[in-house]
Amino acid sequence: MNQINVTRREFIITSAGAAGGLAIGVFLAPVANAAVVNPMPWQSPNDKEGLELSQWIVIDPSGIITVVQPHAEMGQGAMTSTAMMLNEELQADWKMIRVQYADANRHVLNNELWVTMASGGSNVVKARHPHIMQAGASARERLKEAAAQTWGVPRTEVTAKDSILTAGNRRGTYAEFATRAAGIKLAEEPKRKTPEQFTFLGTSVPRLDVPLKVNGEAKYAHDIRLPRMVYAAVYANPVPWGGSPKFDFNAIKNRPGVLAAVELKAVAGKRGIADLQNGVAVVADTYYRAKTALDLMPIEWDYGPNAAMSNQTLFDTAYKKLGEKGAVRKDDPAALAAIAAAPADKKVGGDFHRPYEAHARAEPITTTVDIKADGTVDVYVGAQNPPAVMTAVVEQLGIDPKNCFVRRQFLGCGFGSSSGTFAAKQAAQVAKEVGRPVKLIWSREEDIRNSKHAPAYAARFEAAIGADGLPTAIFTRTFGANSSDNTITDMPYEIALRHHERHSDLETAHIPITTHRAPGTGLVGFASEQFIDDLARKGGWNPLEWRLAMTKSKRDYQIVLNALKAKAGYRMDLPRGEGMGVAVVESHGTIAGAVATVTVSRRGQLRVEKMVLALDSGHVINPLNATEQVEGSVVFGLAHLMGGGLEFQKGMVANSNFDTYRLLRIGDMPTVEVHFALSGGEKWGGLGEPGVPPTAPSVANAIFAATGKRVRSTPLTLHDLSWA
Amino acid sequence: MALALNVNGTSYTVDVEPETPLLWVLRDNIGLTGTKYGCGIARCGFCTVHIDGQATKSCQTKVSAAVGTRVTTIEGLSPNSTHPVQVAWIEHSVPQCGYCQSGQIMAAAALLAKRARPTDAEIDEAMADNLCRCGTYIRIRQAIHRAAELNAR
Ligand code: FES
Ligand code: FES
Repeated sequence: MNQINVTRREFIITSAGAAGGLAIGVFLAPVANAAVVNPMPWQSPNDKEGLELSQWIVIDPSGIITVVQPHAEMGQGAMTSTAMMLNEELQADWKMIRVQYADANRHVLNNELWVTMASGGSNVVKARHPHIMQAGASARERLKEAAAQTWGVPRTEVTAKDSILTAGNRRGTYAEFATRAAGIKLAEEPKRKTPEQFTFLGTSVPRLDVPLKVNGEAKYAHDIRLPRMVYAAVYANPVPWGGSPKFDFNAIKNRPGVLAAVELKAVAGKRGIADLQNGVAVVADTYYRAKTALDLMPIEWDYGPNAAMSNQTLFDTAYKKLGEKGAVRKDDPAALAAIAAAPADKKVGGDFHRPYEAHARAEPITTTVDIKADGTVDVYVGAQNPPAVMTAVVEQLGIDPKNCFVRRQFLGCGFGSSSGTFAAKQAAQVAKEVGRPVKLIWSREEDIRNSKHAPAYAARFEAAIGADGLPTAIFTRTFGANSSDNTITDMPYEIALRHHERHSDLETAHIPITTHRAPGTGLVGFASEQFIDDLARKGGWNPLEWRLAMTKSKRDYQIVLNALKAKAGYRMDLPRGEGMGVAVVESHGTIAGAVATVTVSRRGQLRVEKMVLALDSGHVINPLNATEQVEGSVVFGLAHLMGGGLEFQKGMVANSNFDTYRLLRIGDMPTVEVHFALSGGEKWGGLGEPGVPPTAPSVANAIFAATGKRVRSTPLTLHDLSWA
Repeated sequence: MALALNVNGTSYTVDVEPETPLLWVLRDNIGLTGTKYGCGIARCGFCTVHIDGQATKSCQTKVSAAVGTRVTTIEGLSPNSTHPVQVAWIEHSVPQCGYCQSGQIMAAAALLAKRARPTDAEIDEAMADNLCRCGTYIRIRQAIHRAAELNAR
């Protein structure tokens, strides 16, 4: 078996060349040590390669500055964003910046040294910039203080730029003063820059990880290879929380390379997102042999009490519940009375629903666990929340947390952080039983069946319209999980009377649920922004003007909607079969508006021609990466409108792979225009997700404009959009 | 069964069942992990390699069928990322998570070898099996046009 040969420095990714803009050839010089896997991607006590200024910054004698950052790189650009924010303050030479993952073990054992390691909810820039920038400012001032003390001048006379400290005609590098700076404690923490003072943030900077992702060099959890490692293929009971399997290992044990079958056992009463479900893994010397043997092994499942559930029963229940009073979240009897009293032509109602969705990350869930002779345990994983993986493995193996190390890799997508913890428990258990390092891989089928889905949803709306055609009262009732219910209760539109109820049944259903890319706001937005379209039209309003009129007191909504109005050329007079639709949804601190243009053939063939988005995230630190994130969010929104959609039958997912769980392809890709319409100030919103929620409803509204057909559910593959 | 393969100009002998998909031989036996698994049923394109220059899904190619051919993986496309497709990919900042990109790049390189100046429609057709869950399609189109331009120089 081939083995990776890893050294500490190999993990670090490099920015060398990256600062040179987009010129061709700038990346061609090979950069030493620019590979990306390292079982020790942090500073150990014996590490003599660099000097740690703080947990965030290591300066080595050659001038290389390593940013040790806590967040997962899953395609959203966390490594680059963190390094940029830090360096806005640190003022080091960008070409000498390297980025590496912080150590979860050190984080957990030291009172959350990096504040949080979780990457989700579009939080890296939005929520973390104060900590990250403070770390940079603090380090810069300590370096200046070190120079000031050495030169006998006040710190205020020292300037720091491009890793050089100067005062008058004195000059020195950060590396020269790093040792002295490490011993300095500032009497007072420096103030961080305000956005008007930014010189680096706000410029388009190529992502540091891109060069590693065009030549196969970037290492994912899927790519880990260790000495003596074996491979595990796994089935969990396809009906979550179903009983133990009966399997016949003898039938496969003589197949080439097959080593063992390991039963995985749920713990009675434990139904957390990370908890083991009943299942079985087959272990072999290669993945293909393990997977083939598992497929051939006779297994009898006890599906348990939930094997009658299906999409039919799910939505029957949902609509039954929508007809019953739910938990009141916003109580306004006057709203109900006003709607009851309104004449039929002044009343609008509508129901919407969406199915469960899988994450379908590009990289199927993979975890490698190595229980070593010295009692320490290495867990190789692409995790959005490494401490949660650590907790899961510690619990499964009953070990001391200080002995558990999460070796973090690049992630092949994220979209929700929880499945990795469950797979880590599976891998840990298998590794324990076979006594060798185990790489456990979910097949794509297992990944789609068992990904801890995004919950289904249903919503009912009713509203009364006043004399000016604008609504006077609105009633909403939802069915699903609690996620982002406040997007409805806090709907930005200035409707005087509002009543909201919800049914949270799915929180206790047998299907484990977790987050997605803009999970709650995507569901709510799909329903509410289509209802608003109906409401505006019924009141005789242009839906874009309606939104402007109904958010008059909200400055940032006005900024976004006016930008859309200026850029998108929204119109309602297109010929039948063509249509434009508008939607605006706030999520993760960012307001995102979209105008979609579609054509629908008489036979119902949909083509999304163009998407124009305007977003207010307050600030944008890297327009290039921000634009990419919005483009990707549009694809995600379209994917789960036009395709996706988990179909449950007999309590289990009936979709199996990308043939039956269909996601957007290049041929369906519209042109996308992204405009940032920024309100600035204190506002810092995320950008990894907010492009998702307005995408589906804007397209649905465009379909309505083109065909007169209202898209009440997804996926569109189940709808007939033909028109005559 | 011992089989002789030529991958990226290097000879390997692997002892596997002849029906083993080339994908897993590349990854698990030879250790070239740049080629990715995504579906195993020819529906994601993550596993795309070149066999005698043709874009081929290695998850659907028996290793025995690769004997006597020239297999090229992302690691062998160029030394130092100098292939025009790789250069264009960097220029247009195509990869996000990057997991699908080995397959995208190999598919694009094979397309350009056949069609020096593909249209958008030809790109969409040639890349139809290559899924990108991060949603980098716009940039993939742009970068293929750019690579065609670089090729023409
Ligand atoms: S793994 Fe071969 S096409 Fe998906
Ligand atoms: S870049 Fe992530 S799947 Fe394509």
